[in-house]
Order: sequence, then C-alpha cells, then structure tokens
Amino acid sequence: MVENGKLNIGIFSFTGDEGCVITLVEALNDYIFKWKDFINVKYARVLQRKNKLEDIDVAIVEGAMSSKNEISRLEEIRKNSKKLVALGSCAIDGTPSNHRNFFLEPKLGDIMPLIKKFDLNVKVEPLNKFVKVDDVVPGCPMIPATFLNVMYKYFEEFGLKVPR
Amino acid sequence: MHKVDDIEIDQLSKIEGHADLRIKIRNDKVEDVQLRITENKRFYTQAIKGKPVNNIAQVVSRICGTCSIAHNTCCIESLENALKIKPSEQTLMLRNLNMYGLMIRDHALHLYLFCMPDIFGVDSVLQFEGKNHQYLHDAFDVKKVGNNLCTRIGGRAVHPMLPQIGGFLKTPDINQLKESVNEMKAIRPRIFDLIDIFHRCDFKFENKRHFVALTNDDYNYIKGKICSSAGHCIEEADYWDHLERIIIPYSQATAFRFEGEPFMVGALPRMNLNKKSLHPDTKKDASKALSVFPSENIYHNNLAQAIEILNSIDRSIDMIETAEIKADPRPAVEYKLESGVGVIEAPRGTLYYMVSLKPDGTIGYGNLIIPTAQNEIIMNMDVKKLVESMLDQEKSVVELELEKLIRAYDPCMSCAAHFLKVEWDEK
Repeated sequence: MVENGKLNIGIFSFTGDEGCVITLVEALNDYIFKWKDFINVKYARVLQRKNKLEDIDVAIVEGAMSSKNEISRLEEIRKNSKKLVALGSCAIDGTPSNHRNFFLEPKLGDIMPLIKKFDLNVKVEPLNKFVKVDDVVPGCPMIPATFLNVMYKYFEEFGLKVPR
Repeated sequence: MHKVDDIEIDQLSKIEGHADLRIKIRNDKVEDVQLRITENKRFYTQAIKGKPVNNIAQVVSRICGTCSIAHNTCCIESLENALKIKPSEQTLMLRNLNMYGLMIRDHALHLYLFCMPDIFGVDSVLQFEGKNHQYLHDAFDVKKVGNNLCTRIGGRAVHPMLPQIGGFLKTPDINQLKESVNEMKAIRPRIFDLIDIFHRCDFKFENKRHFVALTNDDYNYIKGKICSSAGHCIEEADYWDHLERIIIPYSQATAFRFEGEPFMVGALPRMNLNKKSLHPDTKKDASKALSVFPSENIYHNNLAQAIEILNSIDRSIDMIETAEIKADPRPAVEYKLESGVGVIEAPRGTLYYMVSLKPDGTIGYGNLIIPTAQNEIIMNMDVKKLVESMLDQEKSVVELELEKLIRAYDPCMSCAAHFLKVEWDEK
C-alpha cells in the first residue's frame, strides 16, 4: 500500500540521450489526467526544481553507467526506492551509449585522454551490473505500451485502482 | 549577497542536459564564471567512423532524444550533399513537415513544462491550478499534435525510422496527415494564449550579442542562407569557415565564435533575422507580439518559440492541404570518396554536420556542431552580467534568476539531463 493514496515516483537520467524520458513525457499526453491523482512526483528534474530522494515507491531510471559518480548515485537511488525500473536500452544493456566498449585502436587511444580528464569509466555498463533491477522497459527509445503496462502493474501492486 | 563560501546547488531542473555553474567572487566582484557542460561524453564523432553510411542517420539520432529528428534530418542532408543526391520535392516537403512537427512538440515541452512554471510562480506544470489549470491541458494537447505529425511522417517522434537518404522508407498516408490538419486547426486558438502569456511576461535581460540563423523566404528549417545580425550572409557549406572553435578546459563540450565574436543561435535569432518570412496568418494573428522583434531580451527567445509553434501549424496546414502524396522511390546510392555539409535549424539553433565518406560505403570522418555549444560563450557572459547586477541580493534569489536565464536559452546539454550545480566561490 502507498501513503496518501499516491504512488511516489522518481525519474532519473544517466548517460544517454534522454529519449526515453522524452518518450515517457509523450506517453503522458494520454495518461496525465488519469494518473494525476494517483502519483506523487518525488523526484524528476525534468519537471521540477524541488526534489527529494526518499521514500520512492517506483524509481524509473534511464541511461547507462559511465562514471563512478553515476554508480554511487544509482546505489543511492536503489537504497531509497522500493522498486527500480530500467527504462530503455541504455539502462538495460548499455546500448547505444556504450559505443566505446567496442572501440579498438586507434579510436580507443584517441578517447583515453578525455576519459581520464573527465574521470569517466572506460566501459559503459547497464544498471543491473550494480543494483537489482525489478523491471525493464526495452527499446530505443523505450516502448510506450510496455512502460504503461509496467506502471499499471505497480499501481495494482501498491493497491491503487487507476483507470485505464 | 550572503557571504557564504562554496555553495553547491544540484538544481538546474527543467533544461535538457547536465550542467554545473561555478561562480568565483572576490571583493564583491565576479571574477570568473564557468558554465560547465558536464554531460558524460559518448564519443559519437569517433563512434560513427567506419559505420555504414546507410545506417548512420539512425545512429546520430541517438545523440539527442528531444531533437533526434533534427540530427537525423541534418545528417541525411550532409550525406545527400556528399553523394550528390537531389531529393524530390515531395521528400523535401515531408522533411519540412517533420521539422515543423518537431518544433511544435519540442517548443511546447520547453514553454509549458520548463518556462511557464516560472511565470506562474510554481515549481512544476503539475501545480497549475485554478485559472492556470487549462495550461496543463494545453501542454499535453499541443505536444501531442506535434508528436502525432512527426509519427505520421517519420514513424515515431523520437528516433524516427522512416527518413532515409533520398527519401522515406514508407510514404505517409495522406488521410492520416489530414487528421493532423484537423488536430492543428483545433489547437491553433490555444497558441494565441501561449503567445500572449510570453508576450505579457515582464522578464527582461538584455546584453549586446550577435545573432546567427538560417534564413529563407518561407521560414523553413532546412534550407537557406546563414545570416548574422552584423549583416553578413553565407552559404550553408561555408559555415565552418566562419566559426572559431574554442576549447573550454572544464566543459565536456566545445564552444564557438562566429567571425571572431560570441554569438547566439536559436528561436530569437531566427525571429530577429527572418520574421518577414513567417506565414501570413501567423503575422496577422501574432502581430502585437511580433512587434517586439528584433529584440535583445533573452526571454524573448521563449516568445519567439511560441510564435514559431503558430507558424509551424500554419505552414503545415497549408502544405498538407495542397499536397498530393504519391509513391516516391528513393534513388540508388553509389558510394564514393566525398564530403558533404548539412546545415539546418534545430529547435535550439543552427545545427551543422560535415561528413566524409569512403568508397566502401562507410563514414571516414564526421564533424558535428550543436546549437548549445555555439551559445556556450554568450551564456557565460550573460551569467556574469546577471550576477554582477544582483550582488546585493539574496543568494537564493540570484540562483533562481540564473536558472531562469539559462533556461531561456533552452539549452540542450547532452542533449540530455537535468542539473546545474551552482558552486559559489566567495572570499
């Protein structure tokens, strides 16, 4: 069950193009008024300035892990979220943000100074390498119908009857 | 301003991308401003080397989720120029429509979701209540119209699959496009309200700057001459020769000067330099708001975007209502050792692609210049000027104004992500 009859959600972006969150915002074109009274956006920098990383029921995470800072942040999100959904292929398997994982010389040599300068990881990796992922929404960008199914699954699991 | 050392705020929300801001203040003077684009690099210019030419527009589309159609379109234009392929009139018309759909969707996202909360004094579009509640509906309804138009042309609004070198994989259904006409006609009156809100908004920040934009006689976003407010006009293919690349040591992006000067690209430059080419109905129905241009007020970038939504609707309706869509096979592609340039106007400004091809049908080299990188120097200058004018004010007030200012540029840092870490360094 959820507090105050609302599902606390968080939306987070890591290394990627943000196409999945943009697609999520587009999916809301048809669902925002059905969901508005059933969700509480605790964290989403794309929507608001004031955000709290605490008591999140469902964390929706797009993007891959490409630095130590991102991994620490992801672990913090996991600690503060009951469920964590990997949104889109960067989050699920690193693709396409992981181009550099497949670079050979001389491409690899070309990018190494920048990898070091900006303290990036040499390899770009998916979320489940570092934290438990409860659900995935595949696609590049993510498939809206699958995202909606995952959300309705959690609405139900958290005891909310949200109109379809 | 309170004398507090080294404050960090993880907060520029409601923009596209990761950015930090470091401000160093000494003896009540702003000594240094560093707007750092910190979006983690994905090395696309290296990644595309050696990739097949016929797939590359889909790859570079992934540089940016929100303006993926712009990257896709500009890349295809550069490849066609390299391959000496001349797309049909129908293909050009569909590309124009796709770009108009992108402008409707992308500008609506920026204006309703990112900027309008500042005007109404709330944090989020989800807090629009009372008389403002209608704008929550408008936000999603207007976005949807742009989204639908792009989907009907390109297959989907983010990372379209159908646009290709020389044409489209599938010819759009004219009946579906006519559905878009009905949707655009229905939504059009709501854009008057949007324009009015940003016209009446009293946010003001002026700074002398050069403006650069692609100009033409019908306010399209894909063909024209690149003109500057200094009065110079150049061909698309020559753009690079007029740019000076600046390495910013603390930023993961590269900055640029145009003819040696900091400059701005985006909706404000387009409106300042090309408002004569707007659709006649747009000129008529937005005449009051249009009278503010040319303008040096950066917040009029938002107003220019609102007017561009109306113009995109008016142009799209005309184009679809007079269109005869027919089967339009793509020309055969013959690979050769060649280079080509593509220049278009993305939602946030002039986008440049230069690609070199190899005879085996792969990419040899690519040079991409995104709008936000071109605006990076002028954004730093504006931040400095703003902070200097507010040194006696509460830090929280200054931070809010800084966010509003940077948001007005509609920057696209990744083009992705969402936070600005403001780090004050006061001694």
